[in-house]
Amino acid sequence: MPSVNERRFTESHEWFAADGGVVTVGITPYATNELTDITYVEMKPAGTQVVAGEALGEVESVKTASDIFSAVSGEIVEVNDAVSADPALLNRDPLGAGWLVRIRVDDLSPLEGLLDQDTYDERHPVD
Amino acid sequence: MTPSPAPTAALKHTPLHQFHVDQGAKMVDFAGWDMPLHYGSIIDEHTQVRTRGGLFDVSHMGRLMFTGRDAGPFLDRVCTRAIQSMTDGQARYGIICNEQGGCRDDVLVYRLGETEYLMVCNASNRAKLLEHFAAVKGDDVFRLEDTTESTAMIAAQGPEIMPLIARHSTEIAELKRYRFIRKNIMGLKVLVSRTGYTGEDGVEVIVSTDGFVARTALKMFLKELDDLGDTVRPTGLGARDSLRLESAMALYGHEITEDIDPLSAGLGFAVTLPKKSGDRFIGQDALERIQADGPARTLVGLSLDTRRAARQGMTVRAGGNDTGVVTSGCLSPTLGTSIAMAYVDRAHAAEGTTLAVDLGRQEVGATVVGLPFYTR
Repeated sequence: MPSVNERRFTESHEWFAADGGVVTVGITPYATNELTDITYVEMKPAGTQVVAGEALGEVESVKTASDIFSAVSGEIVEVNDAVSADPALLNRDPLGAGWLVRIRVDDLSPLEGLLDQDTYDERHPVD
Repeated sequence: MTPSPAPTAALKHTPLHQFHVDQGAKMVDFAGWDMPLHYGSIIDEHTQVRTRGGLFDVSHMGRLMFTGRDAGPFLDRVCTRAIQSMTDGQARYGIICNEQGGCRDDVLVYRLGETEYLMVCNASNRAKLLEHFAAVKGDDVFRLEDTTESTAMIAAQGPEIMPLIARHSTEIAELKRYRFIRKNIMGLKVLVSRTGYTGEDGVEVIVSTDGFVARTALKMFLKELDDLGDTVRPTGLGARDSLRLESAMALYGHEITEDIDPLSAGLGFAVTLPKKSGDRFIGQDALERIQADGPARTLVGLSLDTRRAARQGMTVRAGGNDTGVVTSGCLSPTLGTSIAMAYVDRAHAAEGTTLAVDLGRQEVGATVVGLPFYTR
């Protein structure tokens, strides 16, 4: 079981940090670097029930549009309006102020199957 | 996000490759060349070119030299513009058409002398053009030399470029648009033209990179760039694309292809029907028919009611019916709005027409607007 605020990562470059029963979701610096300048962020609204493996929303950059996938099931309890208003925030601080949504979950076990920080960084170094 | 693809092998390097790497560029495969997409931020680089100055490595573009008695007549036969009748030191933008009037490529042809011409073509079409020229050369007497990999080409673009150049050379600063000069500086051959692909003023420079003198000179030049500070900054292909799109310049593979003729693409200015000299060019019959009938579809500008970008291939609708397709789109860094170019049926091409673009999961409203989106 991941400890509080210990990040877990997917191969599709989302990060998940659990704090009690609430999981914060974002995308990695590797992802923002690959996407280049992010110009648009649209997440599903608070109150939406999401299922692990489904899209939480979309992030669009100068280059391309990408779905953001959830590794956990639960209810979106908060959406980061700051990144919708200023998508470049995601480029500037993807692990901090650029978080995307918070999800209240009953079951944290899907996070155990994700990559830990060292493994992710080794596979996807930021150049 | 989806996992990124594995890197591709054996990409060509321009003479400035190490410079890009040293500058921390994100490199991408562009038509078989390892090219800088950006050096940090595409939007910042775009704004830099609109407000100050940017430097682009465009050495990947093809540079073909035509030398000999029939070089001029040959170019008049394959290009939509009058070539021989230019004056020395003049360059023209034109299209190399196929028999159906479709675009094999769009090119810039420079007249160096009565029997000497330079053609700059797209990197992705260089091999195809060389094949085409060999196939239609017939008995024409000239030599075609591909100098792409023995020269470098650099574009300097932005409002501060010409004032900066004026401090060093009045001759270059006084060049008119689409005019160029050639210099031979201690064995280093340099061609400077007042041309570009950004909608800003500026120059494009072609230098020989063969031999020690040329390589040393290039190194000195790049070192000099460190001293320019914020006036001129390296700019990648990402900003090059958004800059040309705001200025509504066609990009091969998007607005023009083998299946799209230059008249439908709004490039009538690049087609001379007929040429004064009487020379006829490949594709002229087809273009004359298209001009007589009027193109069925027209390239238009769209302003979208969203901050999302329309992408190539997305469907354009009018009143629920498909009426066209997007060729290029982006969130315009200068205007702050979502802009796109699209081919639409003539009936829906008038400025002010309300259309819709299918962005995949949602359809958004769009208004036909005049091109270009941006003028300096």
